[in-house]
Amino acid sequence: MTAHDPSLARPNTPVTTYRYDEFDAAFVRERVAEFREQVRRRLEGSLTEDEFRPFRLMNGLYLQLHAYMLRVAIPYGTLTARQMRRLADIADKYDRGYGHFTTRQNLQYNWPKLIDTPDILEALAEVEMHAIQTSGNCIRNVTADHFSGVAPDEIEDPRATAEFLRQWSSAHPEFSFLPRKFKIAVTGSEHDRAAIMVHDVGLRIMTNAAGDVGYQVVVGGGLGRTPFVGKVLRDYLPRADLLAYLEAVMRVYNRFGRRDNKYKARIKILVHEKGIEEVRAAIEAEFVAMDRGVFSYDPTEFERIAAFFTPPPYEALPAESAKLRAERVAHPAFGNFVEVNAAPHRVPGYAIVTVSLKPIGGIPGDATSQQMRVLAEASERFGFGELRISHEQNVILPHVKQDDLFDLWKLLDGAGLATANAGLVSDIISCPGLDYCALATARSIPIAQAISKRFSDLSRQRRIGKLGIKISGCINACGHHHVGAIGILGLEKKGQESYQITLGGDPTFSASIGEILGPGVTAEQVPDVIEHIVDFYLAERQEGETFIETWRRIGHARFKDVLRREGEDGADI
Amino acid sequence: MALISEGRFIEDAWRRLADEEALPRSGKVIVSLARLEHAVAHLEAGVALGVLAPNTTEPEALAAALPRLSLISIVFPAFADGRGFSLARLIRRAGFTGELRASGRLLADQYRHALGCGFDTIEIPDDLAERQDESQWQAERAAHARTYQRGFVAPGSILEARRKAAAK
Repeated sequence: MTAHDPSLARPNTPVTTYRYDEFDAAFVRERVAEFREQVRRRLEGSLTEDEFRPFRLMNGLYLQLHAYMLRVAIPYGTLTARQMRRLADIADKYDRGYGHFTTRQNLQYNWPKLIDTPDILEALAEVEMHAIQTSGNCIRNVTADHFSGVAPDEIEDPRATAEFLRQWSSAHPEFSFLPRKFKIAVTGSEHDRAAIMVHDVGLRIMTNAAGDVGYQVVVGGGLGRTPFVGKVLRDYLPRADLLAYLEAVMRVYNRFGRRDNKYKARIKILVHEKGIEEVRAAIEAEFVAMDRGVFSYDPTEFERIAAFFTPPPYEALPAESAKLRAERVAHPAFGNFVEVNAAPHRVPGYAIVTVSLKPIGGIPGDATSQQMRVLAEASERFGFGELRISHEQNVILPHVKQDDLFDLWKLLDGAGLATANAGLVSDIISCPGLDYCALATARSIPIAQAISKRFSDLSRQRRIGKLGIKISGCINACGHHHVGAIGILGLEKKGQESYQITLGGDPTFSASIGEILGPGVTAEQVPDVIEHIVDFYLAERQEGETFIETWRRIGHARFKDVLRREGEDGADI
Repeated sequence: MALISEGRFIEDAWRRLADEEALPRSGKVIVSLARLEHAVAHLEAGVALGVLAPNTTEPEALAAALPRLSLISIVFPAFADGRGFSLARLIRRAGFTGELRASGRLLADQYRHALGCGFDTIEIPDDLAERQDESQWQAERAAHARTYQRGFVAPGSILEARRKAAAK
């Protein structure tokens, strides 16, 4: 364990994250007490496993292949150094010394005991955290842009909206037993880092002609076995109508969503089967008929929440740091780290740093308790005590002074957290797959590790440029393979693991679902196939083109062709 | 069947009438949705009328009978089927002020969901009532002092509490 030296920390209780008031704290405590009682009743027999199931899921507790799994909510991906340390302590005390950060900005523990979970939830509640609605057929933990509040292209910090929705959706009496899970994502920027087009409801903060801030509402996106890009439900929804409108969406979905088949129970199927016009008409009719008094919009409450997400006390600095420039030249490895893992910040002299949880050959998204503590320390020393979890399964330090980047890099490097591959080919999104998951049909983690090792040369990765590989171990698509520039889906065929490759997926505003490249390949063949695809892209790309741009320009058939030809030439694919 | 009201098991004063049974001259009867129109037309004024409504019922199907109805019992075919919660809200919105009953294998853990959506009473099978005694229903009723939503349970909205605290 790295001892935290208080003298190194800035006097900085984070001022940029939501703080519970007495009511939030009481609410979470009540949920913990309720769950403790439910566990007791389950063990005593007054609840059967079938009856207990939805309630344990609503508190984040799964029964997986080998053990229980607890999914902790990190609302809109924001957490504080104190919270990160608590996650580390829980990993040590109740798990095996590590945690897994997920594509929904949550943290999963893979080995907790049922009897311990109420104590874990209590330990979380002490630092304003919970596991409420990280699973189950309810409105799930709301996700948001991991660059919230610091992105140069941001209209408004989406976290105020996300927190507003967290409260509204928590233990909602009407919408806790929906046909299926329901996921909402919010973005406030011109670039979408929250994948709003592939959520049940995506909210894009925008302004209308009068300059008022509101939302574009997208509905019916999603991955899984029937992937869809969402459709625009409302071009512009005034903020005052947000909760009422979402109530209307949820009520229509709760009443008319299919319940005969769990794979057809998502709102995307309702939108697909009825058509967006019919669904919109039903929602608008409900919205008009609604009694607004029950949940009328309170602008004071929204402003109270928004006031927590204000900028930290930045220093006035030159846009570019001379110190940084010199250090980049003097230390090439550091220079590469800055080039790849640091992003422009809205405030001069600062940077947004992505800490990769994808070391070469590592398990994507896993962090040891030691690494969590280093991250907490890094955020305190170099970032106002605030961290973010990205849906790419990385950790973000959103407010790092350019002058501090070198010291930060040294600290991270010492903990194996300085891999300079953010957004590159080895920054792979992967679900836990058959190694942990009860649903999986194939392994994901070893595939990610094999690809990562194949492309271990970071300078080669930089030459390839931004390229997202996403791997799922079953058709439920937790690894988001449909929206990977290169997607890999693990299936089981006649007792063998088989991997289907898709190309051209895109999770941003220009969303698209990847197209299948050809017949499935074996686990051993996957790295070769990926390498062929990448080599073909490198040969074909024009100046400055990303993988997806080249793929869109020259077409899917050319990629298919080249692989087919190489197969005929004897290449083992 | 066992009936829960205000966290206690109580006697059920209502009787479910089979479709082939003659309309009674007194008491409180629950008829099927299919028989509702007939019952409204022919039931004597002194007899209290209730209806058993599937959770897929359109609220409009009850609109004409609403002034005559003293009880609406919404069926929960499974405890995880939440359609009845939305239907309850719609029925309350339509102005129904009589007894709103949830009928099915509901769990004590869902008591506050039911209360929050406008239900008054819960009717569960006896085997379930044996496992979920009165203390569990009372505990659940008391456990949720605060909610983020504003609904039919008068106290308890966090938003209202914040407003009051801010006004002080």
